[in-house]
Amino acid sequence: MNNRNKVTQDNQKHPRYGMVVDLDKCTGCGACSLACAVENNQQPATPDMTNRTGNTWMRMYKVHNGKPFPDSRAVFVPMFCQQCDDTPCLYVCPQNAVELDPMTGIVAQIPERCFGCRYCMAACPYESRYFNWWDPVWPEGMEKTLNPDVSPRMRGVVEKCNFCHGRWQRARAKAASEGRRELREDEYIPACVECCPTEALTFGNLDDPKSKIAKLVDDPNTFKILGRLGTKPKVYYRTTRSWVRNAVDRNIYSETKETVHG
Amino acid sequence: MDKKLIVRGVTRMEFKKFITYLIPWFILLGIGLYAMYLVFRYGLNHTNMDNRFAFGLWIYFDLAIIALGAGAFFTGLLLYVFKRHEFKSVINSAVVIGFICYSGAIAALVVDVGQPLRAWFTLYRPNAHSMLAEVTFCLSLYLTVLAVEYVPIVMKNRKLKQLPSFLVFEFKLHKVMPLLAGVGALLSFFHQGSLGGMFGVLNGQPFAFRETVLVFPSTFFLFVLSAIAAGPSFILLTTWLVSKISGKRLVTKDVLMSLGKISGILLIIYVFFKSIDSLVWLNKTSPAVGFSAADHYGFAPFGIWILSLEIILLGLVPGLILINKKLRARTSWLLTGAVLACAGVALNRFVTTIQTLSLPTLPFADFLTYTPTWEETAIFLMVIAYGVILYSFSFRYLPLFPQERELHTK
Repeated sequence: MNNRNKVTQDNQKHPRYGMVVDLDKCTGCGACSLACAVENNQQPATPDMTNRTGNTWMRMYKVHNGKPFPDSRAVFVPMFCQQCDDTPCLYVCPQNAVELDPMTGIVAQIPERCFGCRYCMAACPYESRYFNWWDPVWPEGMEKTLNPDVSPRMRGVVEKCNFCHGRWQRARAKAASEGRRELREDEYIPACVECCPTEALTFGNLDDPKSKIAKLVDDPNTFKILGRLGTKPKVYYRTTRSWVRNAVDRNIYSETKETVHG
Repeated sequence: MDKKLIVRGVTRMEFKKFITYLIPWFILLGIGLYAMYLVFRYGLNHTNMDNRFAFGLWIYFDLAIIALGAGAFFTGLLLYVFKRHEFKSVINSAVVIGFICYSGAIAALVVDVGQPLRAWFTLYRPNAHSMLAEVTFCLSLYLTVLAVEYVPIVMKNRKLKQLPSFLVFEFKLHKVMPLLAGVGALLSFFHQGSLGGMFGVLNGQPFAFRETVLVFPSTFFLFVLSAIAAGPSFILLTTWLVSKISGKRLVTKDVLMSLGKISGILLIIYVFFKSIDSLVWLNKTSPAVGFSAADHYGFAPFGIWILSLEIILLGLVPGLILINKKLRARTSWLLTGAVLACAGVALNRFVTTIQTLSLPTLPFADFLTYTPTWEETAIFLMVIAYGVILYSFSFRYLPLFPQERELHTK
């Protein structure tokens, strides 16, 4: 159900990681954005940056129902790379800087190959790719907080969420040191999921029917944003409120306003 | 020295006057080079592009001048392959214009990408699925073809011609011209098409995404058609403009009329297919993914008028003007038709690049606008200044219009 189709062609069973965002639980606190920035060595914002040129892999949208008080309602929609199986950014990159890893189903961006043409950004319907418009600069002393598992990116290349690839590699190395090939469900989770105070984010293997995420994905209240475009995202959103579903699922277009946090 | 370099049998303005006329263009070139330094030194934050408006003025400009520069390959194809000998009188000028357009576009692209020194990687290990990889290959190869086509024109210079080895080389190059014209046409066909395909394949952008026809999206063929329709009009316009500025008769009117006629016929064919494409897109492709016409044309200022303007006023109207023999015979109508045709293709490229990015795809995202910074504008003007300067020198010292001497003595 819900396009939980496999990407891997070989006989070996690999996990296919995905995420479910529960919009009814998300309070828009922005802890996920912050955790993401710290984990992935995102360049700190400078006063020159705007919400359109800044770099945040996890972007928070505030969507209103468009009604006046007292019927006014708002929902926060965390938006990040949707890890599409039919990956629009992968097909367009002239330099092979985007790869869909058959081992995990994660769409990886290889900044060392990227020459910054930004065609992938034009291709992404989720606006989830970010360009380094500036040279990354960490204030004095702050460079000591850099995560040694993740390479900082240079100016002039594109980057995006990769489900904390550094964490996946660390988890794999640990498993290998214990003689295991498979990872346990709780062994690898991205930073945003780990720090979400309301547990609005659920991460796991979509191909494992026993996993928590697989059960959530099969729920009728779970849906994909822009699912009709056919890009087969592996990030799902969930809500029981019909107006939220209509506002973010493109069934009915309502007047909305965007504000960005983080 | 200057006089000895000028083509025999024609007159050119005084050298001092020539340089004075070029001074403003050199100033523009200088400002552009400074802006280029800023972008290379400090990065693309000197532009107003952003994470959603990933393409801006430069990409639009590239697409537009590459379309208008199509006159070079198309005139070459008509002359060398289809043996339309009347175009011999404009081919040299067309090659120079083509060279300027393509080299200018590549110069703008080099500034536009974040890490230009890594661009070789596309040639070394390309992603065969990427339309942009195809564009990179065809553009770089076709620029080489244009440079090789430019060489014999340079060698026809009065002084250079005196060197026997150059004369022999030029003669030999002339023998391969039909082959080069053929290769150039093939390469151009693919990169003009791929530039259209670049946007037609974007299944994540319903405004740009189109149905597939023979492996490629329909915009692939529409871009080729619109480029070869507008290309001859652009050659016509530049020839007329140079003639006006220099105050000389450069070609006979029938050549300009032939260019206009070809442009007109191709425009009508283009408008026919563009209309079908728009209808299929608005009624089938786009609604299938949940986007209606209102989603594309409901944001001011990009109303449905922009599509009507593109198809009717800047497509059908110039097409009808240019295929009408009586209208074509009158210079004012001929020029009007050519201007509208070029404006049409420029608008099409604008819609494809800028409108695509300004429209929101996410249901809760906003309609965005973008204004280029002075650096972006300066680099855009720099490419134009480079074109004017290179063309002016070529016009002064090289036989761009072989008919000029004959018309001059008359």
